[in-house]
Amino acid sequence: MTLYLLCLLLFCIGLYGVLRKRNLVKIIIGLGIMEYAMNLFFVLLGYRFHGRAPIEAQDQNILNMVDPLPQALVLTSIVIGLGVTALVISIAIRIYEKYGTFDITKIKRLKG
Amino acid sequence: MAKPKTTGMTLIVKTVTRLTVGLILLFGIYIILHGHLSPGGGFAGGVIVALSFVHLMLAFGKDVAVTKVSKNIASNLESIGALMFLFVALLGFLGGSFFLNILSKGTPFKLFSSGTIIFSNISIGIKVGVGLFAIFLALVILERAEKEE
Amino acid sequence: MELHILLLFMILGAVVAVEVKDLLSSVIAVGAVGFALCLAFLILKAPDLAITQLVVEILCLIILIRATIKRDLPLTIEGRWIFNTISTVVFICVFLFFAWLALKELPSFGNPIMAVVKKYLEEGTTRTGAVNLVAAVILDFRAYDTLGEATVLFTSVIGIMAILRRPGRKKVK
Repeated sequence: MTLYLLCLLLFCIGLYGVLRKRNLVKIIIGLGIMEYAMNLFFVLLGYRFHGRAPIEAQDQNILNMVDPLPQALVLTSIVIGLGVTALVISIAIRIYEKYGTFDITKIKRLKG
Repeated sequence: MAKPKTTGMTLIVKTVTRLTVGLILLFGIYIILHGHLSPGGGFAGGVIVALSFVHLMLAFGKDVAVTKVSKNIASNLESIGALMFLFVALLGFLGGSFFLNILSKGTPFKLFSSGTIIFSNISIGIKVGVGLFAIFLALVILERAEKEE
Repeated sequence: MELHILLLFMILGAVVAVEVKDLLSSVIAVGAVGFALCLAFLILKAPDLAITQLVVEILCLIILIRATIKRDLPLTIEGRWIFNTISTVVFICVFLFFAWLALKELPSFGNPIMAVVKKYLEEGTTRTGAVNLVAAVILDFRAYDTLGEATVLFTSVIGIMAILRRPGRKKVK
């Protein structure tokens, strides 16, 4: 139970970074920390005490494996997180070229 | 007298890169092919293959890496990888439904067991590896363009 | 016990990453949090995820450093700063309180219910022939989700190549 609460505390630190920081790269870093916290939470849900990794061994009948279904979902989520981070970083690079700053309170000019 | 400008990093980095970049590529292909026998699979192996090309580009500069895998080859290979994955999926229609595993299952713990899983792993490995290297090419070409202006 | 220490290290690294003013230091702190997460996956008996998280973290660090090098700038504090910070902290405390109430309903750590997975564990090897059960789940039982993930990666690569295109050549006179 304390492990789940520590994991959600990590998520809240990332959330604070997204809500309160003014530098665009700090917002992206907060987004990355939120992704790490949620992947860890999923894998914590499927752990079994004295379990073994979900891979069969030769000539052994293993009865106590950990849950492989959350691991399959988190494998997908890690690679999608990489794609999203790369896309958001490229948008940030373009914004810096056009406005000269990463500060979000100065990026307000809309061309009409 | 003008000295020709050398791109990339120092001599120590270039020598070590020549020794290790082939090993990294081979390790990535090993993890893709043995995805159904030991941990790893298509995604991790594909990222390792992309990292070997990135290593080559960081140590030797952009021009050497572009002669090996240029931008057109990268985008074509990525599309071929995605189409191969779809082709493996549609092959299941011959057995009854979408994505059915129709090749023979073989005996466990051998390389050619488990039907169509190995072909899915290879196509995903190609797609992820070449796609991530294309992202890095786009970032480096942009930086070269803004330095020249 | 090791998991508690590792989670405390990750929380410390995250606080450093969000608060430090220098951009390069915060990128390195996020890299440390990612490597500690890879160790946590190894302790939780998930070797597939540990390999994938390690190599993805290395690539993510390379891309982040490309965006932040030579692009630092100092920021000043604007007005209404105290009110904004206190309201964010109050919101986060309310969120954590309701999360604690909801987490009491989950099964306790270490004894999962595993009602859905029983069938995959019993006949996974005989029906698919694969020894690695996680690969059997993502490429045979739930292959449609892998098709969705391949589509998302493809879309992000196309998006990046469209955003970072050089805007046409200047005419040479």
